[in-house]
Amino acid sequence: MKPIFTITEGMLPVSTSYCPGCTHGISHRIVMECLDEAGKLGEAIGVAPIGCSVVSHQFMNVDMLESAHGRAPAVATGIRRVHPDKVIFTYQGDGDLASIGMSEIIHAANRGETFTTFFINNAIYGMTGGQMAPTTLVGQKSTTSPDGRDPGAVGMPMRMSELIASLDGAVYVERVALDTPAHVRQAKKAVAAALEIQEKRLGFTFVEFLSTCPTNWGLTPANALKFVEEKLIPYYPLGVFKTPERKEEAV
Amino acid sequence: MTDKVLMKGNEAFAETAIRAGCGYYFGYPITPQSEIPEYMARELDRRGGAFLQAESELGAVNMAYGAGAAGGSVFISSSSPGIALMQEGLSFLCCAGVPATVLNVSRCGPGIGGIQPGQADYFQATRGGGNGDYHVFVFAPDRLQEAVDLIYEAPLIADRYRNPVMILADGMLGQMMEPIVLPEQRPLIKPADIPAYKPWTVTGKADRGGKRNVVQSLYMQPEDLSRHVEEMYANYTRAEKELARYEADGLEGAEIVFVAFGTTARLCRETIELLGDRGVKAGLIRPVSLWPFPYRAFDEVGPDTKAVVSVELSMGQMMEDVKIGVNGRKPVRLIHRVGGLVPTSVEVMDEAIAILEGI
Ligand SMILES: Cc1ncc(C[n+]2csc(CCOP(=O)(O)OP(=O)(O)O)c2C)c(N)n1
Repeated sequence: MKPIFTITEGMLPVSTSYCPGCTHGISHRIVMECLDEAGKLGEAIGVAPIGCSVVSHQFMNVDMLESAHGRAPAVATGIRRVHPDKVIFTYQGDGDLASIGMSEIIHAANRGETFTTFFINNAIYGMTGGQMAPTTLVGQKSTTSPDGRDPGAVGMPMRMSELIASLDGAVYVERVALDTPAHVRQAKKAVAAALEIQEKRLGFTFVEFLSTCPTNWGLTPANALKFVEEKLIPYYPLGVFKTPERKEEAV
Repeated sequence: MTDKVLMKGNEAFAETAIRAGCGYYFGYPITPQSEIPEYMARELDRRGGAFLQAESELGAVNMAYGAGAAGGSVFISSSSPGIALMQEGLSFLCCAGVPATVLNVSRCGPGIGGIQPGQADYFQATRGGGNGDYHVFVFAPDRLQEAVDLIYEAPLIADRYRNPVMILADGMLGQMMEPIVLPEQRPLIKPADIPAYKPWTVTGKADRGGKRNVVQSLYMQPEDLSRHVEEMYANYTRAEKELARYEADGLEGAEIVFVAFGTTARLCRETIELLGDRGVKAGLIRPVSLWPFPYRAFDEVGPDTKAVVSVELSMGQMMEDVKIGVNGRKPVRLIHRVGGLVPTSVEVMDEAIAILEGI
């Protein structure tokens, strides 16, 4: 009998330590499935961020290292200089990537570094207990925006995919969501596309996942998925912002 | 084949790092060491390595961490405020056991300070400028040839202990010219050879038949972190025995013993001659390693010595270690300048005589 589902070898046979309803587990699995299906688990080097997913190396069955908060793109840049032939990725939250690590991500993208960044946008700081992130929505309450994010005081939530896509060094930028099975399937296509383009070493590849944080949003897992659909997606439109076609033509 | 050449300090440092086999350099411009990234930009790629101008020193040290964890032999350089920005990274490198060679062509501080030579990075270098229990090994040359020799040796020490090594050279050394003999070119390691040479690195698990490597510094269980830090310190204890280095001159019968490193050690040698002309016998202890500090050197200080004097371009930072070394056996005094001022040998002589008269 042919199994209709098998667990990818890319995930270690342990339970993740993430909260119920958190989508880190889904994005972990998608990335690992794509590496597995491309036959690249043995060639992959991943950089874990500081954030809830600092422990991702306990679940992802590939060589990994922990980076300091926000510095993963610099770390991956260094790895790429030593290993031109390996598959390299960073996996980063929104505090990590869009706040403390803004300089590293922008410069890595602008240089056209040939690794892939998986950006987990859950609109909040998860690990430290629900503080405001650069991606927290207008009016969204957090422990450091108890009355809701006030754009007059702290600016508008940052749309990282759009920002990255504006840089010439970025060749593939897509935003996906993890709220429905259809969106999860699309997310997996995006990851596969990004990794395939990484193989061609055309430039920087970036996939943003609209993710959940039921614990710090104060929502049930089911309502957290609804929050993604009703609040996050309208502000953070899904879709492909950049593909390498234009760049390939130029070459 | 070895070549005798006349070179400017910074260029000699960069050339030596390449010859030492450091194939990866990440840097950010800062006076007085900008010639180093400039030299690397010209040389490193065409000699089989990789140069990258980082977006900041934070970027540079983390690129070094990535490249080092992936098995590359890494060299980074900066000057005091840039080294300050690298401290988070150095703490990570030490905790994660990633070797690197770090050069600090130091200037004066605090804050942005000034661009003149200074030694006020002593604490930053030897006390662990970042968070947590760790040490970077620190060596302080007082002439270009010694700097060259230390930079050449540094990657070997870094690899042996899996810990960063810092060469602390003040701006004077970076800018001066002296004839030197450059060492032979060590081969740059090829990616395919890394797993055999450094089996702990992240190169993709296929290189180890599927056995995974993780380079980390997070330990959520207190017992695990405690065990890890204790292991790091077992390594440091070994380093204290094996790496403490110094030079001692004229201690026997010396009335006064100077302690100085780098530029001020050169100065003290002149002062010792001047004092000799006046019938005052003076000696010198020159720590070559600042961490581990060569405390045992002070056991050689004899009964004739009336004072041990730390001569520094800082406000008595090294004097703390001198006091530990002297351990109450002699009065310890300070002769110092800061702000980029450097005393003349005559000024040091006058202050030394005043110290002797006051004891
Ligand atoms: C230099 C530094 N500053 C602050 C922290 C504390 N800290 C740890 S995780 C984190 C935020 C993580 O949030 P995010 O990147 O959104 O990831 P998530 O936890 O939501 O997955 C912060 C601020 C740290 N570890 N290091």
